[in-house]
This record gives sequence, C-alpha cells and structure tokens, in this order.
Amino acid sequence: MPVRIELLWSDLLVWLLVAGLVGLALYTRKRPHLSAPWIRVGASASGMAAATVLSFFVLVGLLDSVHYRSALPSPGGKPAWSTELRSLLDRVLDPLRAGREKTYSAPLATHLFAKETVVLPDGREERVFPRLRHGGAHLADPEAGRWPDVATKAFRGLALALLLWFAAAIGVAAMTARSLGTGIEAAWRGIWGGRTPLQWRAVLCALAAVLVIAGPVAALAPYYHVLGTDKVGQDVLYQALKSVRTGLIIGTLATLVTLPFALVLGVMAGYFRGWVDDLVQYLYTTLSSIPGVLLIAAAVLMMQVYVENHPELFPSTEIRADVRLLALCVILGITSWTGLCRLLRGEVLKLRELEYVQAAQAFGVSNWRIMMRHLTPNVMHIVMIALVMDFSGLVLAEAVLSYIGVGVDPSMISFGTMINGARLEMAREPMVWWSLAAAFVFMLALVLAANLFADAVRDAFDPRLAIAGGRA
Amino acid sequence: MTAYIVRRLIYGLFVLVGVNVLTFALFFFVNSPDDMARAQLGAKRVTAEAVDKWKRERGYDKPLFLNEKMSGIERVTETVFFDKSLRLFAFQFGASDQGRNIGYDIRARMWPSLAVQVPAFVIGLAVYISFALLMAFFRATYVDFWGVVLCVLMMSVSTLFYIIGGQYVFGKLWSLVPISGYDGGFEAVKFLALPVLIGVIAGIGGSARWYRTIFLEEMGKDYVRTARAKGLSEPRVLFRHVLQNAMIPILTGVVVVIPLLFMGALITESFFGIPGLGSYTIDAISQQDFAIVRAMVFLGSVLYIIGLILTDISYTLVDPRVRFS
Repeated sequence: MPVRIELLWSDLLVWLLVAGLVGLALYTRKRPHLSAPWIRVGASASGMAAATVLSFFVLVGLLDSVHYRSALPSPGGKPAWSTELRSLLDRVLDPLRAGREKTYSAPLATHLFAKETVVLPDGREERVFPRLRHGGAHLADPEAGRWPDVATKAFRGLALALLLWFAAAIGVAAMTARSLGTGIEAAWRGIWGGRTPLQWRAVLCALAAVLVIAGPVAALAPYYHVLGTDKVGQDVLYQALKSVRTGLIIGTLATLVTLPFALVLGVMAGYFRGWVDDLVQYLYTTLSSIPGVLLIAAAVLMMQVYVENHPELFPSTEIRADVRLLALCVILGITSWTGLCRLLRGEVLKLRELEYVQAAQAFGVSNWRIMMRHLTPNVMHIVMIALVMDFSGLVLAEAVLSYIGVGVDPSMISFGTMINGARLEMAREPMVWWSLAAAFVFMLALVLAANLFADAVRDAFDPRLAIAGGRA
Repeated sequence: MTAYIVRRLIYGLFVLVGVNVLTFALFFFVNSPDDMARAQLGAKRVTAEAVDKWKRERGYDKPLFLNEKMSGIERVTETVFFDKSLRLFAFQFGASDQGRNIGYDIRARMWPSLAVQVPAFVIGLAVYISFALLMAFFRATYVDFWGVVLCVLMMSVSTLFYIIGGQYVFGKLWSLVPISGYDGGFEAVKFLALPVLIGVIAGIGGSARWYRTIFLEEMGKDYVRTARAKGLSEPRVLFRHVLQNAMIPILTGVVVVIPLLFMGALITESFFGIPGLGSYTIDAISQQDFAIVRAMVFLGSVLYIIGLILTDISYTLVDPRVRFS
C-alpha cells in the first residue's frame, strides 16, 4: 500500500535533534578530553541501567515521530490520501489501536466493566456484562479458558524475551572480548564481576528487567487489553506508549529552547559586566519574578485565543495539536532559561579573571572570539548538566500543566491528559484504577530513569565532584 | 542598610514595570480585545454588537495608550493601559471579566490559602532539614544510600499522584478525613490535614536531597576539620557548626518563597476544593478570565520581589560577615 510520509514540525525538530546528537557523538569520540566524562558515565552502574531503560522510551518516541498517510482506494486513479495521520508506532500497535471497545474494561478482561441491557435471542432483555469485541475474543469459553490462555501466552512471551536477552548477553560478551583482547569466557566473567570499563552488567540487568516485562505484555497485547481500556474504550497501553513521545518532546525541545537564551545572555553578562550585565540581570529578574505557572498559563491562553481566531492557519487537528505542543515547548523554554543563565553568568565571571583569558586579551583576540573559543567550551559542562537535570522536571510539569488546562492540546495523548481523564474514575464504585496506574508506572519509569541518568551525568561532568571522586 | 533596602525597593519597582509591560504586551498585542471578546463569546456565531457590548462592559473599548477624544489628564487615564495595567500599582485590580471585584475576592481567598500553605511550609522545612541532617550524619552508610534512593524515587513521582493517592488512601479507604471541601473556624482542621500532609510529602524528595548536598558541601570545609580536631563530638559539629553555616544557602531558597505562600498551591487547592487563591487562579484559567490572570501575575511578582528583599535582609541576620553598602 503506497504511503506518503508527512513531516510534522515536531518530527522535523526531533530528527534534527537526533542528527545533531549523532554528529556530536562522532565529534566527541575522536577527542579524549571530551569523551572522558562520558566514559565516567559509562562506568556508573545506575547511570547505565537508567540509560538502557531510557533508550527504550526513546525508541518508542522515535517510532512515533515518523508520520505518514496511507493511500485510500480511489476509483478515478487519482491518488487520495487518508485524512488520518498515523505514525510507525501506530502501525506496530495496530491491533491495540484498532481493537476499540465500547467503554471501560479491566486489564486482561474478556467482558465489559459495566453492565448493559442486551436482547437475548428469545426476545427477553437482560442486564449482563457483554463480551468485549476485541479482548479475549478468540476464547470459546472465557470463564474457564482465560487464565490458562493468559498464562501460556505470557509464558511464551517470557521465554522469547529470555532467549533474546541471552542472545544480547552473548553478543555483548563477544564484543567485550574483542575490545579487551581476551577470550569470551574471561569477558563473560569480567562483565558479571563488574570489571568492564563500561558497566555492561548494569545494562544487561536493566535489559533483563525491561524484557521480562515487555515480553509477556507484547505476547498478550494482540489478544487482550493488557492494561484495560478507558472510558471511550481505547486501549490504555496504547495511550501510555503514545504519551512517551509527548513527554520526550517536551523534555528535550523545551530545554533546547532555553539554551540559546541562557548561553548567549549568560556568557555576555559575565564577560562584559557593566551595563550588559545589568540589563541581563534585569531581564532575568523580571522574567523569574512572574510565577512560572502563571506566565505559562497566560501565554498558553493567549495562544489559544490566537488559534481560535485564526483557524485557517491550522488545517487539521494533528497539525493544530502539533503546533500547540511546540508552542508549549517554546513557552516553557522562555520561562525557564533564567536559572541556567544565572549559573553561566556566575561561572563566566570567575573564568574571565583566569590567566588564559587575560592572555587572550593581551594578544588582542577579539571579545567575540574569546567568548566563543575560550569561555563557552569551558562552561559546557554546566550546560550539559542543566540539560539532563531539567528533562525530568519538564516531563512532570507537562502533567500538571495539562491538568490545569494549559498544557498540550486535549486531543493529544500525553501523561497529563491521561491523568486528567482518569482522575474522576477513582470515585467510581468499583474503582477504575488502571488508567491512573498505567500513567503512574510509565511516568515513574521515565522520570526515574531520567533522574538517575542525570545524576550520573552530573557526577561525571562536575569537575568538583570528579576530582573528589565522590557523589554529592 | 536602609539605603540598600531603598535601592532594592526602587529596583523592585523597575522590575514590576517590566512585568507590567510584558503582561500588557502579552494580553493586548498578541490578541486584540476584539479577539478576546470573540473567544469569550464563542468564536464563530457572534455579532459585532455583542463584541462591542462585551468590550464596553469591561472597559476594553477605550484606546490602548492615548485617548484622543478626551482632554487634559484624561487623555492618558481613560485608556486600557492606564485602567488595566497602571492601576495595578495601586492594587486596584478592578473587576474580573465575569464582573466580580477581584480585590475583594483576593482578600477573602487569601486566608484559606495561607491556612494550607503556612503549616505545610513550616512542617515541611522541619521535616526536610531533619531528614537531610540524618542522611548527612550517616553519610556514606546504608542509611544515607537508601535515603538518597528514597529521595530520588519520591521526586520522580508527579504531585498529581501524591494527591490522588492521598485522597484515595486517607479519604476513601480509611475515611479519616473528608476528600475535599472547606469550612471556616476549627472545622477547617480536618479539611486541611490531608492537603498539608501531602504538600509536605510531595516535597520531601527534592528538598531533602538538596539540603543534604548543602550539608555535605559544608562538611568538607576547613572549619569542620578544625572543630573535629579540637575534639568536638560529631553531633555537636553537625548541629552547632554545620547547620548554622548551611543556613545561608538554605535561606536563599527558602525566604524567597515565604511571600509566595499567599498565592496558594494551584493543584492542591483545586483537588481538595479549598477556596484559596490557587483554585481562584485555576478557575480563572479555565474560564479564560484574563483580568484575574493579569491581577495574579502582578500580585505574584510583587510577592516575589518582597521575597528577594527579605532574603537580602535575612542574610545580615544569619551571617555577620554580610554587610550591605
């Protein structure tokens, strides 16, 4: 079936970011002084375990960032494209997306959560729990057959996952053996003794944890709603996976927006001092004096009014939601550059008094060049630390903002919209807990992994900690 | 000292002017009052008369900066900029877009906000500092390690889940406190217990870890070695010397938020149905009441600036080395 790839603005930025990171990685690889802190990150067990978990989230997010429209069968031969914009992730999760139920159903259920009146074949009406259209539909006798079926499928998934893990572990051992120039058995023992320069043991443990959970879920997902369905019958697992992209985009793009402001203004303020410093300080005091949530709310409200009054600029819901997501990133970025700017200014104030900067000034190197070549590279560790530290905060902020109604577009699936939709379900009797539980588990995994990774990066990049050799 | 404070106050005033210009630009340049009227009245089917009426009732029909029709001082005062922006400096918040008096609402709703925020702040500070001191005292042991693990775990959970979970466990499962609502007088205590508790718990992760870092940084300093060398016991070093010296970095972060306690907690208040300024703001946002949002932005900035000045003053109180000129 022919497809037409469509690049949303956020997709474009995501892939530019990926390209930039790959370029940066290649650049760093060749330069020992740049790669040294990353080698320290690699030696951190918690950091590497977190990175492994994060890479799965990133994989989901990237799959969700390739959008396309599929061709519709058209009689005239003129190609017509579906109005529905789908992503590669939707393609992978097609059984989950398509298997829509009527309303709530519990995880792994075969029947709806609420009773419904159905007309029996003999004309009588009865209140029963109707069978799900999709979840467990392959079972002839759901009462007796469900749990054995779930167990077999889960076991099969688990076995496959363990097989995969074993293959990965052997692959890693072979790779380590080659790079260290030892036998594969020695490498294997080295890995499990935690003696490899890169903490493969942590990576493999995290991989095992992810696979043990993902294997059975993947095996069950085509047949059941593993995490149940929500009010409109949509699969909760599908929503949780779709939320990952939104969270990742907000966490990364918003920090990228802060970067130019913080870097340029912070370095300039610290280097020039005088009125430039006064101006920059005034700017960030003014911005940070407005409570962040209120400034974001005001800006988002204004954007909403603008979007409502200019519908012609936003042809489809997806594009509108996408533009809104990017605008939210920009707004979050503009409201949060002040902290990093202050840090950079302070650091540059210290650096500019050092001999090498004074030598450069004595040689007549231009101010611009001093800032570019001598100061900026020496504050990059602060930038790096701030970037990774901000990520988790932004993911959490998205949920809160979406709850207040100034976050992402309501039509966009995100952790915030999931929680917002599910928060009244706790009051139901019996309780509908799975939407919240799914959002909780996915968010916790993402944010915890991001926090642990950020800690590892901070420990590796902060010169004070690196020299002391301890964690703070 | 007085001269310094006066200078800071004048600087604060300049910052407020900046905030005002920024919010004015945000609210009146991005969208015209016509756009806002249409958005409020429903974008599509709205007549020009309805838009004019909406604007007239709320005073948005005046020119933005200069009223040519008037004479004398009224050329400047009879404008949107004067009405909606400059009047804020005199704390004349005017009427909300729904027609209620904002100043009156703020004064009434301030107290429930404070009733949640002040206990949460005081108890929170005590809990965070004790926890951090505990971790610092047992540094590089299992207590410290698992304490940090607990902190990282707790700071990875969204506030929303603390509130939802707390309401479920304490309100629904154990029926200890009402799930939401508010009452005046002593009855308020039972409504406030849970929000305060959750406010404290939600902050433990980030704050305790931050204080721990501060304490550990202080403990690496020379005066601590001197204190140990002269034979002081470890608790005495920690509580007498380190705690006192760590007050400066702690104050930087803490004093500035004290005035902001007036603003209330957005999420907590809206979940628990407490009629404070936080839920006021959330309601205003969901009703797109721009007048209230403008007023709250201004109020927030004023309180923040007061907080900054208080921080400076508090430095002189805890650190005799600090002298302002």
